[in-house]
Amino acid sequence: MLDEAWRLDDAVSLRPEPFGALAYHFGTRKLSFLKVPPLVDVVTGLAAAPTVTDALVGAGIDEAQWPSYVKALRTLADSGMIVPRTPIETPA
Amino acid sequence: MSTIAPGRLVDQFERGLDAPICLTWELTYACNLACVHCLSSSGRRDPDELSTAEAMAVVDELQRMQVFYVNIGGGEPTIRPDFWDLLDYSVDHSVGVKFSTNGHKITPARAERLAATDYLDVQISLDGATAEVNDAVRGPGTYATALRAMENLADAGMRDFKMSVVCTRHNIGQLDGFKAIADRYGAQLRLTRLRPSGRGADTWDELHPLPAQQRQLYDWLVANGDQVLTGDSFFHLSAYGEALPGLNLCGAGRVVCLIDPVGDVYACPFAIHDRFKAGNVRSPGGFASVWRESELFLELREPQSGGACTHCSAYDTCRGGCMAAKFFTGLPLDAPDPECVKGHGETALAALALEPSAAKPRPSVDHSKPVSVPVTLGPRPGRPDKACEEDPLHGLVVSS
Repeated sequence: MLDEAWRLDDAVSLRPEPFGALAYHFGTRKLSFLKVPPLVDVVTGLAAAPTVTDALVGAGIDEAQWPSYVKALRTLADSGMIVPRTPIETPA
Repeated sequence: MSTIAPGRLVDQFERGLDAPICLTWELTYACNLACVHCLSSSGRRDPDELSTAEAMAVVDELQRMQVFYVNIGGGEPTIRPDFWDLLDYSVDHSVGVKFSTNGHKITPARAERLAATDYLDVQISLDGATAEVNDAVRGPGTYATALRAMENLADAGMRDFKMSVVCTRHNIGQLDGFKAIADRYGAQLRLTRLRPSGRGADTWDELHPLPAQQRQLYDWLVANGDQVLTGDSFFHLSAYGEALPGLNLCGAGRVVCLIDPVGDVYACPFAIHDRFKAGNVRSPGGFASVWRESELFLELREPQSGGACTHCSAYDTCRGGCMAAKFFTGLPLDAPDPECVKGHGETALAALALEPSAAKPRPSVDHSKPVSVPVTLGPRPGRPDKACEEDPLHGLVVSS
């Protein structure tokens, strides 16, 4: 996933909360919880970042923590909150 | 350094959120039915109910607060002449709607329109898997009405709409039957707990599930939990062992609240009483300031005392149970739930019954229709006219 390009689904809204954010998908009526503020930064940074790695770096996430963030992003992907997009840069 | 899992979400929720997750909004106290367990004692419209413009202003505010969806109910919300307009207004303003109805107005044409609307969900109430059991609680003909509404929704292509059941002593044995009915119409089954709220206070003793039935319900929920919605209402049953799906906490004033038809904001839909009234959406600052600043809600977000329950091995799973159920059975808020699966609630209620001064709180608000009396031929003496009488048959005298 680290090399892939993702973004928040168009039908998803984020609501800031003290613990992070609520994500609500208007299409599926599913609610998810982004449990830490840095994860909110990562998720909102996805659309402008060429890859997930760039989004993690952009949000200042320590590399040692990337696996746990990827796991959280996978969970969001499974519930349709984030979706893959065509990469701006084609991997060499 | 922050990690990805900073403790349990439930602890965050106990401290409250910036806006509710689950907001119930009752649009009117008017109802064509008179269900014996109605949590809001509905029947007659309140003359002070929010106007169309006021209701739309509430929607605007919910949109600003990013309340993503509301559960609309009543009374019977479809009775309001502006109901369908408010529905459209809400979904057009990014506030999704699930509305609860007895199905009376869900005609084939209406079902078609509902099926074509995004961000909209419908919930049909049914309290018996047979007409006999349902109609005893909800009134004659209501079983047929609900099934006709579900058939219309299914025929219109509406999928996964909800069929909502209040669990009682008389329908716990019908859980498989309910599931079969929901499956027949492509609906999702939702089971909720009977509370001693509203007219439910008067019928709770006869209707609430018996201890053995609670166990039966719990076992059924464990076996079918992933296919059935519960609105998190049976967390007191988690004390049997395995926690049921959901947050398993009382969300009152923390993630849940109620806006009633006159704009009063209560901690939860089952707590329509002055003790749990936080404010009114018409006040300066509107709903947002009630939610964020009311003394009551701030108090509910403080760590709660578990009272005698703190020493119970099950406290971590049931967390003392339902605030409204305790309150309306006359128990203190830190007492065990009246339906505590360990039997502590029954003991507490028995002790309460011995206190001559103990009086159960009555609902502060009652919109029940006048109790029907046998028709008397000729003028009825001693029953003066009331200026605000709303009974359509008011003044009609059957003469011989």
